[in-house]
Amino acid sequence: MRTFYGTELANPLMLGTAGYPSPAILSEAFRASGAGVCTVSLRREAAGGAGQDFWALIRELGLPVLPNTAGCHTVKEAVTTAHMAREVFDTLWIKLEVIGHTDTLQPDVFALVEAARVLSEDGFQVFPYTTDDLIVGERLIAAGCEVLMPWGAPIGSGLGLNNEYALRAMRAEFPEVPLVVDAGVGVPSHAARAMELGYDAVLLNTAVAQAGDPVQMARAMALAVEAGRAAFEADPMEPRDMAEPSTPVIGKAFLS
Amino acid sequence: MRITLNGEPRDVTAARLTDLLTELGYGEARVATAVNEEFVAVGNRPEVTLAEGDRLEIVAPMQGG
Repeated sequence: MRTFYGTELANPLMLGTAGYPSPAILSEAFRASGAGVCTVSLRREAAGGAGQDFWALIRELGLPVLPNTAGCHTVKEAVTTAHMAREVFDTLWIKLEVIGHTDTLQPDVFALVEAARVLSEDGFQVFPYTTDDLIVGERLIAAGCEVLMPWGAPIGSGLGLNNEYALRAMRAEFPEVPLVVDAGVGVPSHAARAMELGYDAVLLNTAVAQAGDPVQMARAMALAVEAGRAAFEADPMEPRDMAEPSTPVIGKAFLS
Repeated sequence: MRITLNGEPRDVTAARLTDLLTELGYGEARVATAVNEEFVAVGNRPEVTLAEGDRLEIVAPMQGG
């Protein structure tokens, strides 16, 4: 099994912590999901603010923490945020986001590669939120990344795997690299599909947090990634255009 | 002196960053700091002093995807 900078995940699901109806539902959803990683962020804090309670809640989950640089648009902003996250969350892991386009939240891959290089040289273990572009993937690996996280669809869109061909090509191009579909997953079938393609994990947030029943959806996502992984390991049959009877033809009684 | 704290103007007394955090009520809170857009690690806070017009950012753990 591929590991994430040497860490094996209990479950190939990385779950975000944003947008839940309440902290209690967040905790319950995490338990139901069996998530192997929780993603978090950093925001301005007023004295006595909510950040400290949130940190206590996260520690109770007992999961590896993956802080993000969400909302950063430049290399400098992302690098500074990563340094702050390393100190606050006491981890070398960083989910590197450098946003390039406001409407789609498409990463600025040029700035992403540069920020990944700066952070990798500084000892960070970078999880880059990237597109499904193979050359960008190559550059990120050359910059020091040991994980790639291509988008399935724009963040929060729930559109699923917009370009399955590209994700398949990425899996084939980087057979040794842990790959995570990050963003765009809306329903469990999307997550299962990513795992069927041989991806090593799925990162999602909104699909669970904004579901009518986040706890039930968390459970559904856990089942989906498990099913998808088992299916990939089982080496699925190749699709074909023509029918082929599954019931043996030989020995059928002649009745007409 | 007047600084900008998390984007808002704020009158403060202490100049040294460690003292300033205490003055502002952060105490032992788990926060990270940046002064004028440059990260200041916990270990460097005692050596950093702020001046009139400086911009201080204080961030803490928050929900994220």
